[in-house]
Amino acid sequence: MSTLAQVLLDGLLAGMLYALVAAGLSLIWGVMDVINFAHGEFLMVAMYLSYWMGFLAHVDPLFSWVASGVFVFLLGALTYRFLVSRCIGKAAMAPLLATFGLSMFLKNLCLNRFSPNFRILQSTLLEGKKILLGNIVIGMPQLVTGIFSLLLLFALYFLMKKTRLGWAIQATAMDREAAELMGINTDRIYLLVFGLGGACVGIAGGLLTSYLAVHPEVGSLFGLIAFLIVALGGFGSIPGALAAAVIIGLVEALAGFYIAPVFKYVAVFAIYLAVIMVRPKGLFGW
Amino acid sequence: MSEAILKVCDIHCAYDAVPVIHGISLEVREGEIVAIVGANGAGKSTTMRTIAGLMHPVKGSIFFCGEDISRTPGHSMITKGISFVPEGRRLFSKLTVKENLELGAYTEKNRAVIEERLEEVLTLFPILRKRANQVAETMSGGEQQMCAIARGLMSNPKLLMLDELSLGLMPSLVEKVLETVVEINRKGTTILLVEQMVQEALEIASRGYVIQTGRIVQEGPAKDLLESDSVRKAYMGL
Repeated sequence: MSTLAQVLLDGLLAGMLYALVAAGLSLIWGVMDVINFAHGEFLMVAMYLSYWMGFLAHVDPLFSWVASGVFVFLLGALTYRFLVSRCIGKAAMAPLLATFGLSMFLKNLCLNRFSPNFRILQSTLLEGKKILLGNIVIGMPQLVTGIFSLLLLFALYFLMKKTRLGWAIQATAMDREAAELMGINTDRIYLLVFGLGGACVGIAGGLLTSYLAVHPEVGSLFGLIAFLIVALGGFGSIPGALAAAVIIGLVEALAGFYIAPVFKYVAVFAIYLAVIMVRPKGLFGW
Repeated sequence: MSEAILKVCDIHCAYDAVPVIHGISLEVREGEIVAIVGANGAGKSTTMRTIAGLMHPVKGSIFFCGEDISRTPGHSMITKGISFVPEGRRLFSKLTVKENLELGAYTEKNRAVIEERLEEVLTLFPILRKRANQVAETMSGGEQQMCAIARGLMSNPKLLMLDELSLGLMPSLVEKVLETVVEINRKGTTILLVEQMVQEALEIASRGYVIQTGRIVQEGPAKDLLESDSVRKAYMGL
């Protein structure tokens, strides 16, 4: 019984982190109908930044996530200004291929600069700390990351639903031309949204460094899982992303433990296929 | 006669290099209701979209309060005092009525001013008060149209541009909506409207322009247009 609880808890915490990564992707898609294929690589960049800050300057991931978030916000904004904004309104494949190209570039740049080695940050503040609940072990890094992700997700949801800026972002998503007529500079909203999407994944990556090794390929799997969560939860829906992310996290943990670790992604993608066949717009899609 | 606040000088417009407007000039004076009438595809909406800055003329210029706005982007028009209610209402369908109205005053940062305007438009359209927290797309067509006009008023514009208010509304509602337009005008807002319902539009307008295939074919006081044989024959089936 406690084994099951342990597995469920691990899955839940992983799901909360996935939700933050996916929310960034979902936001960008929901507002501009663009899939950012470099999303996973944004995570990798954030992890490297956090790693080097820890390794060279001894800034703990508990604090350096701020820098990662800001850095990837800027990276996202620059990506929009110099890459994506030139592709919007052209062929539908254009932004997709452009961001795919960017992901290749970032991955190979890090491969070239930092080698393919796995690097893990040693002696962080939370390293080895855990909470024991009976037989259940909760790792502090995972717990802090999970809860923090959840808080940020709520903040993002609040921003979108309750503030004038959030309404302006939603308005831009629903009808860009009508939003222009309200005096909303929609190009600037796009820039901001790409930055915000980047900040989500940047913060996630910054926190993740406290327990996960960074290497040039680390973003690929996260990017794929984020895409899957967004599709499963319904494009553009933050609650959908959260629900789908928790489902994915749980399925991954359960399959990994009760079937075999190598099967965990088989189970994840099987669930995805099953849901998409029954409900193509995702669980919470419009 | 007061000064023209909007002056459109010989504009030519095109979609992807296909010309649709071949030199339209018109003006709107302060306090007027001006109607642009004409058949489907004549270029009425294109003219409006060009004035609102959603597209720019290939030739010619547009002046608002003496300032050249031919190249001004659409999102800057509202701060200049032009508000455009586009064809088909174009409400933000998943947002509530109140959120839609708030966005109408997006460029206004003073909370007290926003509240005041909100109160004004809700008095003008009492039905919207009941619908305030309802999602826009769940309202009837007439209510949506009122919401669109109210949203257009939230920026307290000098010039309110209304495109095809009657679209998809039953005749009794059209009359009611147009009566409201007259009321808005009486309170001091200048109005430029486009209508396919020629008679109804000219009845409330002070002046009118008749557009045909991208050109103005007739203009003058609305009363004269209503009585002119060519207008009656072409648009009212008389």
